[in-house]
Amino acid sequence: MTAATGPFGSTTAPLRFPPSLGGVAGTSFKHEHLAAILASGPRRGFFEVHAENYMGAGGPPHRALEAIRRDHPLSLHGVCMSIGGPQPLDKTHLSRFRDLVARYQPALVSEHLAWSTHDNGFFNDLLPLPYTEATLRLVCDHIDQMQEAIRQPILLENPSTYLAFVESTIGESDFIRSVAERTGCGLLLDINNVFVSATNHGFSALDYLNDFPLSRVGEIHLAGHAEQTDYEGDLLLIDSHDGPVADAVWKLYDIVVQRRGAVPTLIEWDSKIPDWPVLQAEAAAAQTILDRYHPSARTGDRHVA
Amino acid sequence: MSLERGLSYAAAFASALLDPARLAPQIVTGPNGKAAGKRYDVYRNNVTVSLIEALAAIYPAVQRLTGPDFFRAMARFHVRSTPPTTPLLFDYGHDFPAFIAQYEHARSMPWLADVARIERAWLDAYHAADAAPLRPEQLAAVAPERLGDLVFTPHPAARVVRSPFSAVTIFAANRDTSPVGRIDAGRPEDALVTRMEFDVVVRHLPPGGAVFATSLMSGVPLGEAAALALAAAADFDIASNIAGLIEAGAFTSISSGDA
Repeated sequence: MTAATGPFGSTTAPLRFPPSLGGVAGTSFKHEHLAAILASGPRRGFFEVHAENYMGAGGPPHRALEAIRRDHPLSLHGVCMSIGGPQPLDKTHLSRFRDLVARYQPALVSEHLAWSTHDNGFFNDLLPLPYTEATLRLVCDHIDQMQEAIRQPILLENPSTYLAFVESTIGESDFIRSVAERTGCGLLLDINNVFVSATNHGFSALDYLNDFPLSRVGEIHLAGHAEQTDYEGDLLLIDSHDGPVADAVWKLYDIVVQRRGAVPTLIEWDSKIPDWPVLQAEAAAAQTILDRYHPSARTGDRHVA
Repeated sequence: MSLERGLSYAAAFASALLDPARLAPQIVTGPNGKAAGKRYDVYRNNVTVSLIEALAAIYPAVQRLTGPDFFRAMARFHVRSTPPTTPLLFDYGHDFPAFIAQYEHARSMPWLADVARIERAWLDAYHAADAAPLRPEQLAAVAPERLGDLVFTPHPAARVVRSPFSAVTIFAANRDTSPVGRIDAGRPEDALVTRMEFDVVVRHLPPGGAVFATSLMSGVPLGEAAALALAAAADFDIASNIAGLIEAGAFTSISSGDA
């Protein structure tokens, strides 16, 4: 990306660079928690929603999001852009996304290094891609298009995967670093995804994090996973988002925050959703780690560096 | 579609996602050279199960009527034959009522497809654009001699679903978990689905009401719509029907047809 804005009078909207959220912990926003959240009043932190759930024309979903947005920063997390798929991005979806960003002015916008649409079919899952020079060009091209459409830099999330592609020639962290360097996008580091993929592929999560371009990380995701075994009896972790964050993932998180510094951190919990206090307690645990390494964040002060 | 070399992975990966009879594609592998096997099946399972759950979320009363096992088997057939073509899952399943209508194992429940149509209309109304409804005094201000030519603009959320069965009663009794008594399924019932503020409301229309409402919603002038409704039901009462539709928020505005 080049200039943040064109000359006055140009037809292009300026790029938005929202103020940094700093080292705060947030949670997924689920409608069943709306009453409890509103009853407890504005709180430190932020809420994240799946962008697609708010792409309807009107009705209660928008009322709920407006109520949340009034008092809290928002993170818009896209799950269906299919950035990692070979076909061109869906223009209608891009414009819906642009409208949502304009309406809710999110502090963070993110998408996945994955694909979900092929031909005319939508598979509703984050499907993997091979890491090659050809897919690197493709992904960069798609991120350029998305950032151009929404007029805001995005954060790209590392995937959780269960298998690998024979044709891959580039390691995942190298691939992601190249994408960030070429497109100017930031990164959303999902530490649970790192742990899930490391277990499933038999690599070291710490090695992966050592290679990962931490300086580009603008948000961290933490979530729960489930344990299964494959047909050979080996442990296979499933990125299920249906429970508390695992101890091993908390340890990795501690290491990352120590190295990277405090960045907005989300507790992602999408099914078997617990009562609000349970979700809040997970966010408080993340906040404790963030504050440990950046005590000044505790007062909410913002310092100009 | 012509693609750059090295970009055929999605077609190969997608080819077996919805077909459990096919082997995992050769382009993927597990760690240390072992077969993708179960690992590919995780994706296969995610796709099918998440789409079945999307249908279950859209059609809770249908699921309660059939029981979860029956529902999931029926939904699995539909998901595999008609996967979504949009990434907006709340817009999925428009073809599901028609699928239910011809689903062999659901023949003993001939009203099931109509209950599904009401549930689909309910979700359409839930996500429809916001709009201020027509106020009764706007109609009251129209001179009597001009009433017959009035044309109504439907509210974006308003829907009518007609059924030769007691679909409205069956829908209402099965949208929550409270006990259901005996229902005579054989009485024809038409539903009006609207949403004014937060709540989607499903009303049971009186005889002639559905013809009247659908005529007005498609732009037929009031006088003509009333005649059509009277032809459909001799006891059709225009005053209570028009008041009921306005109270339900079925319209946003009126115009004198010549405008």
